[in-house]
Amino acid sequence: MTESLHLWLIPILPFAGFLLNGVLGARLPKWLVSAIGLLAPLGSFVLVVNAASAALITAPKTCAECGSAAASVAMPYAETWSRPWINLGTLHVDFSFVIDQLSLVMLLVVTGVGFLIHIYSVGYMGDEEGYARFFSYLNLFLFFMTVLVLAGNVLLMFVGWEGVGLASYLLIGFYFSKTSAANAGKKAFIVNRIGDFGFLIGIFLLLASFGTLDFAQIAARFSASPFHIVIQNGAPSLSHGPALPSTAVITVICLCLLIGAAGKSAQLPLYVWLPDAMEGPTPVSALIHAATMVTAGVYLIARTHALFDHAPVALAIVAFVGAATALFAATIAVAQNDIKRVLAYSTISQLGYMFLACGVAAYAAGIFHLVTHAFFKALLFLAAGSIIHAMGGEQDMRKMGGLRNRLPVTFATMTIAVFTISGFPPLAAFYSKDAILYAAFVHGPAGKLLWFVGLVTALLTAFYMFRLWYMTFLGEPRSKPEHHHSTPLSMLVPMVILAALSVCGGWIGIERFSAFLAPSISAPRARAASTDVQLELVLTLLAVTVALLGWFLAHRLYSSKPERAAQLAAGYPAGYKLVANKFYIDEIYDAIFVKPLMAFSKYILGWVVDTAILGGIAWLLAGIASFTGAILQRWQSGNLRSYAAWLAAGAAAILIFVLLWGSPHGWSLTLLHPQTVYKVTHITTLHLGQAGH
Amino acid sequence: MHLILFLLFAGFCLAGAINLLLQTHPINSALSLIVVMTSLAVLYLLLGAEFLAAAQIIVYAGAVMVLFTFVVMLLNAGREERTLGSRAASRVGFPAVVALLAMLATVVLRSSGLGAAHLGAGLATPASAVDSSNLTLLSTVLFHELLLPFEVTSVLILIAILGAVALARAGHGEGAPTK
Amino acid sequence: MTFLQHDVPFSWYLLLSAILFSLGVVGFLIKRNLITVFMSIELMLNAVNLSFVTFAREWDMVKGQIFVFFVMMVAAAEAAVGLAIIIAVFRARATLSVDRIDLMKL
Repeated sequence: MTESLHLWLIPILPFAGFLLNGVLGARLPKWLVSAIGLLAPLGSFVLVVNAASAALITAPKTCAECGSAAASVAMPYAETWSRPWINLGTLHVDFSFVIDQLSLVMLLVVTGVGFLIHIYSVGYMGDEEGYARFFSYLNLFLFFMTVLVLAGNVLLMFVGWEGVGLASYLLIGFYFSKTSAANAGKKAFIVNRIGDFGFLIGIFLLLASFGTLDFAQIAARFSASPFHIVIQNGAPSLSHGPALPSTAVITVICLCLLIGAAGKSAQLPLYVWLPDAMEGPTPVSALIHAATMVTAGVYLIARTHALFDHAPVALAIVAFVGAATALFAATIAVAQNDIKRVLAYSTISQLGYMFLACGVAAYAAGIFHLVTHAFFKALLFLAAGSIIHAMGGEQDMRKMGGLRNRLPVTFATMTIAVFTISGFPPLAAFYSKDAILYAAFVHGPAGKLLWFVGLVTALLTAFYMFRLWYMTFLGEPRSKPEHHHSTPLSMLVPMVILAALSVCGGWIGIERFSAFLAPSISAPRARAASTDVQLELVLTLLAVTVALLGWFLAHRLYSSKPERAAQLAAGYPAGYKLVANKFYIDEIYDAIFVKPLMAFSKYILGWVVDTAILGGIAWLLAGIASFTGAILQRWQSGNLRSYAAWLAAGAAAILIFVLLWGSPHGWSLTLLHPQTVYKVTHITTLHLGQAGH
Repeated sequence: MHLILFLLFAGFCLAGAINLLLQTHPINSALSLIVVMTSLAVLYLLLGAEFLAAAQIIVYAGAVMVLFTFVVMLLNAGREERTLGSRAASRVGFPAVVALLAMLATVVLRSSGLGAAHLGAGLATPASAVDSSNLTLLSTVLFHELLLPFEVTSVLILIAILGAVALARAGHGEGAPTK
Repeated sequence: MTFLQHDVPFSWYLLLSAILFSLGVVGFLIKRNLITVFMSIELMLNAVNLSFVTFAREWDMVKGQIFVFFVMMVAAAEAAVGLAIIIAVFRARATLSVDRIDLMKL
């Protein structure tokens, strides 16, 4: 009864869009480029919705065997290509796409928000050169992201992982003639690579200890009981199942996967690429660095939750990394003046929340926050893009102000987003953030500390978001841009849709959401049968209070008496400078890693290996050749007599050879038939005679 | 008789050859070579090749060596000068020649299949031959079996004449044909 | 006298031929005048002719003698052309010394 969902089309449509726009785009008219660029994600989205409806909506007809109403497609639903990818001894990897509840949610976010941002890009990038190139890269990104989400085994996911890194590099460095953009692209790719290295080690260890890379099979290993009954020769007997790898091994695997996730999702210490990635166009920041690519790390951890559940040490490290990152990034965001930098650090901070959620085994809460975050963060970036577009490219908030009258729709949508991210009910992030904080609190003694860090971060989040709001929209305009760019409809419509989603996205509630996800993510172990409603209420009130406190502080510093902010900064100059310069982390990394590496490259690899060793070998070979040539050249003297001499010597040599060691027919000195000598001599004579001419 | 004649004329051959090497003026070398050729003609007679003996005298001694002498006179080649020469010629060439001679000598002297030449006897003639002279035998084979090579040889000589005329013509040299 | 009527072994003829040949090679190597070099080539050819005739006699093959005939013809043609070349070379280089004519040098 299962119909085919054609999962393979979901990535292939964007890939086709990439090829068409990439190869032919420069020659096609702009409307056609836009059409191709939009139809691809739309097609993927339609297919995902179709899959969702097939899986969720139960068909009215009953099936005879199961005796009850069943969905037309059962999850997890897998599509595997008949030809295996790798079939090498014990290693067997397939091209398999799997849809289950988790990947369905991710896909809806990726393709849905992706489609909206594609629409936005039509307006935002409309005047840019390289329009077709932009859309082809966007479609390429979508292709790899869908492969990543749909992958049924770790290796195929890694393909998508690397691919989104590549697409990110291409898109960050989209304005490739700008040095800072090109450098940012390089930085993103290189830092991601460090994470990928950890990921790869994890994959190898996974293969070595489990023998398989398939998610379903790995999960099955954990749920398989150690003993099971086997029917042998008609009689049942107990058989010992394959032993699980030791906890230490699983912990190491999880830590390696965490390194990969930290690289992709910009956690400590590999977050440094994300703020620089803001050099790319704003739709790129919205799609890749807010909603989809950076959440791949969270998705990975949720996917491999079976492993993490069995390695509590790794899980704890995940939680701490997440919490620390959240706090750290929030503190930096407080002092940034570039609107996109603020949003970048905000993204890092919110990703920290998601990691924190996964670290306390509340995977559903983490994914819930992922979904709501996609809505409001994308909206924030799109609104920022609208502001930048209207200001003619200006990104410094100190030069903005009073935009609420000029950009009413942007103002309205961004206000909704700011309130959402601060966690005000009944907007989306309130539900997800609360679920995370509650789960952290009840997780044990360390959980209280994590909860507290989360709370402080919420305060800072509210503070810096409202600071952004005040500096940008309210007050008097601090600068007047030369041109008046009106925001096109293609930019406004996605923003409105996302605003609507931010409002109602959380209404499904964490209970129903985690119940929905439960088949793919096992229910948190420590979850009590019923949540402590009172505790939850108290924590919720605390969170809302903290958000209001943040708003109040921002109002005091930036709205009622704006100069107070500057006074505060002047009061603590060293502290302010430290925070404004991102704690000099980039400079520290540069000094510890980059400079020694470059020195090593230049001196050891450049001078010693390249010049001395390799150059020396090449010089030696050339020297041998020319030396031999010089010697042999003397042979070609043009002198007749020496030529004749060598000829005679050669003839003598041949004769000796023939006489002594010649034919197997038994020629020897005594038995030699003179006819041969006679023949050879005559040949020699003819040669010598010719030489005389 | 045979032995004496052989030793005598072989001696003349060797003497002429060695003299060719020792003389400095090419005309002397040419004359020594004539001596060699004539002695060889006698040796051919001893071996029963009468026609060849005559041909040797007529062609080699009578035409080729005369040509050499003419060229020596034409070019006014004087005594050889002492030039630096070629080290390879002496260092590589002489051992080669010695080796060559040694091998040939060894092979010749140690091979057991050779007999001796009897003076006066000619080549065995087939029974169907008209008369058994060496010339008849030779010409029978030459004009029956080997007629084509014979005719080709005449073409070859024609070409050689043309070539010699073209090369030695005055005005030929630096690549510019005059007329 | 038996000594005088003694038959001459073929190997002596062949030895003579070998010696003449070697002397020809030596002449080719040590002589500096181009014409003399050419003459030593002729010497070599004659030595070979002698060996051909010897073998023709030994095995009663008239083809050996015919081959000598052809060798003579070719040698005559070769002498004509070769001397013409020597004349041409003399005109170009004004010298007959082999060591001076090293135009084939790289």
